[in-house]
Amino acid sequence: MMLSCKETSRLLSQGEDRRLGFGERVALRVHLAICNGCRNASVQFRFLRIAVKGLSQDGDEEKSA
Amino acid sequence: MPADFRTQVEGLRPYLLRYATLQLRSPEAAEDAVQEALVAALAGESNFAGRSNLRTWLTGILKHKIVDTIRRQSRERPLAADSDGDTAEFDALFDETGHWAEPPDAWEQPEGALMQKQFLAALEQCLRGLPERTAQAFMMREHLGLETAEICKELAVTPTHLWVMLYRARMALRQCLEMNWFSK
Repeated sequence: MMLSCKETSRLLSQGEDRRLGFGERVALRVHLAICNGCRNASVQFRFLRIAVKGLSQDGDEEKSA
Repeated sequence: MPADFRTQVEGLRPYLLRYATLQLRSPEAAEDAVQEALVAALAGESNFAGRSNLRTWLTGILKHKIVDTIRRQSRERPLAADSDGDTAEFDALFDETGHWAEPPDAWEQPEGALMQKQFLAALEQCLRGLPERTAQAFMMREHLGLETAEICKELAVTPTHLWVMLYRARMALRQCLEMNWFSK
């Protein structure tokens, strides 16, 4: 089964929130191997997660206790 | 109660307020949640006992208060059924064969303290542009770090609906950041 970019982006997002099935993971890998845009989207979704965590940190990691 | 414990706890109020505001948006609701958390913290000082970083401990208490607030809010204002699982809004982002209308670019990581600060400001601006419930679900997932099952329970939505909300948030944020940050 070939995924479209639309389906791929949706699965990429769900992959951040649930464990994808075997078939889904295979289909994703096949699509990502040939699609720059979706690879970038995948990196961006991960990046968003890390960036949002940083919103309340503001670089002050010192122990306050 | 030792005065210095209270002072230390109070000293973390600005951090906690920012943490709560990111999640709750309303400054009043954030202030209330922080107040409740501080009261609980000061009453439960013995539970702290230097086990962990004070800020981490307080943030844990605050998280519970934030989730309580969200639970109350979603009981008072349940989500409209019309937003359930509808993904037609994404159609414009793709052509008729399902390919990206504008394929995402590779992003250059913001480097240096100033760049990072400016980037986070741009990210916050983009978050404010999201529909309220979408932003809330996204922040529960990515900022509070809750599991999806818990978010579904607190917001009274199905997993499918939640996945659509999170997808919507990520797609809107990536688009907003690409427009307002990465392409500049």
